[in-house]
Amino acid sequence: MTAQIAAILTIDGVATGAIYVLIALGFVLIFSVTRIIFVPFGDIAAFTALTLAALETGQVPGTVGLTVALAILASAMEVVSLLRSGQRDRIPRRLLFYLVLPLVPAALVWASGSIILPMPLRIVLSLALILPIAPLLDRIVYRPIADASVLLLLTVSVALHFALVGLGLLFFGPEGVRTKSLTDYTMILGGIPISGQTLLIVIAAIVFAALLFVFFGFTLSGKALHATAVNRTGARLMGVRPEKSGTIAFLLGSLLAGVSGVLIAPVNTIFYDSGFLIGLKAFVGAIMGGMVSFPLTAIGALCVGILESFAAFYSSAFKEVIVFAILIPVLVARSYTAVHSEEETEE
Amino acid sequence: MKKKLAFTLTLLAGLSATAMAANAEIRVGFVTSLSGPGASIGTLYDKGMKAAYAYQDEVGGEKIKLIKLDDGSDPAAATQDARKLIQQEKVDVLIGTATAPSTTAMMSVADELHVPFIAVSPVKIKPPKNGHLWGVAVPQTPALMVKVIVDRMAREGIKNTGYIGFSDSWGDLVYEGAKAQEDNGDPKVTSNERFARTDTTVTAQALKVMATNPQAVLDGASATQAALPLLELRKRGYQGPFFGTPAMLNDDFIRVGGDAAEGVQVSAGPVVVTEQLPDDHFSKKIGTKFHEIYHKVNGGDAKDGFSGYSFDGWLIFLAAAEKALDKAKPGTPEFHQALMDAIYDIKDLKGVHAIYNFSQDSAYGVDERSLVVVKLVDGKWVYQP
Repeated sequence: MTAQIAAILTIDGVATGAIYVLIALGFVLIFSVTRIIFVPFGDIAAFTALTLAALETGQVPGTVGLTVALAILASAMEVVSLLRSGQRDRIPRRLLFYLVLPLVPAALVWASGSIILPMPLRIVLSLALILPIAPLLDRIVYRPIADASVLLLLTVSVALHFALVGLGLLFFGPEGVRTKSLTDYTMILGGIPISGQTLLIVIAAIVFAALLFVFFGFTLSGKALHATAVNRTGARLMGVRPEKSGTIAFLLGSLLAGVSGVLIAPVNTIFYDSGFLIGLKAFVGAIMGGMVSFPLTAIGALCVGILESFAAFYSSAFKEVIVFAILIPVLVARSYTAVHSEEETEE
Repeated sequence: MKKKLAFTLTLLAGLSATAMAANAEIRVGFVTSLSGPGASIGTLYDKGMKAAYAYQDEVGGEKIKLIKLDDGSDPAAATQDARKLIQQEKVDVLIGTATAPSTTAMMSVADELHVPFIAVSPVKIKPPKNGHLWGVAVPQTPALMVKVIVDRMAREGIKNTGYIGFSDSWGDLVYEGAKAQEDNGDPKVTSNERFARTDTTVTAQALKVMATNPQAVLDGASATQAALPLLELRKRGYQGPFFGTPAMLNDDFIRVGGDAAEGVQVSAGPVVVTEQLPDDHFSKKIGTKFHEIYHKVNGGDAKDGFSGYSFDGWLIFLAAAEKALDKAKPGTPEFHQALMDAIYDIKDLKGVHAIYNFSQDSAYGVDERSLVVVKLVDGKWVYQP
């Protein structure tokens, strides 16, 4: 291996790693606030890519149908639970959140029909379409079992992932898509070409990591989220509603997944089931950060990307084996260093 | 004792009842995937069968009844379909289906119930030691697909080739096929790089391939994702030619591959380029006929190889049925036996894909003539004599 090959591999690894960073941050964000390991996270990213591709060719993306179905289901559940607890007056406000808001982007896409919109608008629209999915799933699937054990939540997540992959096939079809490149810019650094797309991915990862830092450190919602993450019961006593925190966490997480989906769509062909492996590798990164620390997670995810790139060079057939095998030393190391705590019991 | 006798009698009565129930027409059961992940290919098989039925719907004065079922790309459903067709619809021959696992499932049913089966998907069928198998497969074997393209590389004077393919059984088949040809003086394989269909990048693999300095690169991936290594290699400045298999005969591959895929050469069934074939080519006449009927029945043109497999399956059945009708009445076990024997007796049957010669030693009846080499020029596949 020459220095040049090493440099190319590193750059490639950093680009892949940056995608994992975005998704891993979302994993940690959702897990720390809601204790849910949101397995379908990668699927959300893949769905964004598929949505963007559909908008690019002037088709109505399958996400519209998915969002509408989820919104109706969530609103029905919300209305029933409000009626049962006798809080009729709250219904209109909840309907605004669970039915009207998610349907706005869907309606916009429906209305635009086969008009092909300019690129920035397409990206915004596909993100807007994707954003409601995770919070709606939260309302439908996780809210009724919010106090269950982490293991049960994980099992439900896995089941939800399979359901979403099936729905993905139904709504998007089996064909892979690749969107148009966001930029054709290429930078030469020390004789090694770096594509604009790679730069965009890395910049996006840095920007979103910084935004998360600012959000958690300096805003009230961020602090409320942080409080929920540290101690659900304590936060509830201080007037923070864990349900609301959960919704915000899912929204932010979807945004991260959506952005990564938009960024990988031009680099690689994305299928309805592409998301899982991306999510799984990001999850390895998140575990390196112990599922709590954002900076460690970012570093871990970056390492996974670089390791993957070098592993593919040395032994491409065993690439995945190598990437997932590093979980073992990481877990061993963590079990020696981390303070062991049984899952905190409620009250 | 009495009970046993009664049971035997009922059984005998049942048997004679089925034996007497000869059908008034020949019944053909056709299974394909019209839903599920295999649907994109399954619909092509269906269109091919529609053209085949329009081509000829009677044989030796007997009308043919075609019964079609969807297996939803699910082997369990394919098994049920096959049983239903044989036991309820009393079909004389089965043709199917779009995915390899489902085809294998149908094969075992056909074997169990002794009804001839014509497989239209590439499938691994091993003839059993005792007695012959109740089925044959139409398509070319993967080994043959690789052999033809590797031979072409040798003919073009290529001494060594890089290999990059899927990290699944298809990738293995292509690699092993290329490796098997090394001893015949064909190109040495310099690398064995793999990637998964869901991978986001193949930069590392491409660098590794280029490090071995191959004169050409063989692509062992399929459909859209087969374009990924080609794009990456060209981006990294690789200049040599690309070669591949029929798995790349796909519109999405051409769309995604763009300039990088230009000039790639793959082995393909002759039906894909019928109109470019020379007049003396075996599949020119029947292929032209097939394309005409296909266009008439389905609108659109047959640009794929799959619909051709259905059509050839039908031709095999027609040729065998003509002979079998002399020996027995449709709907009887004797007819099934005669039909299967007739299929194994087929010699030099010209189809749109191949010249078929079946024997009891193998489920496959094709040779190297069943594949031609085509090259991608300006986004169109062009026949390379």
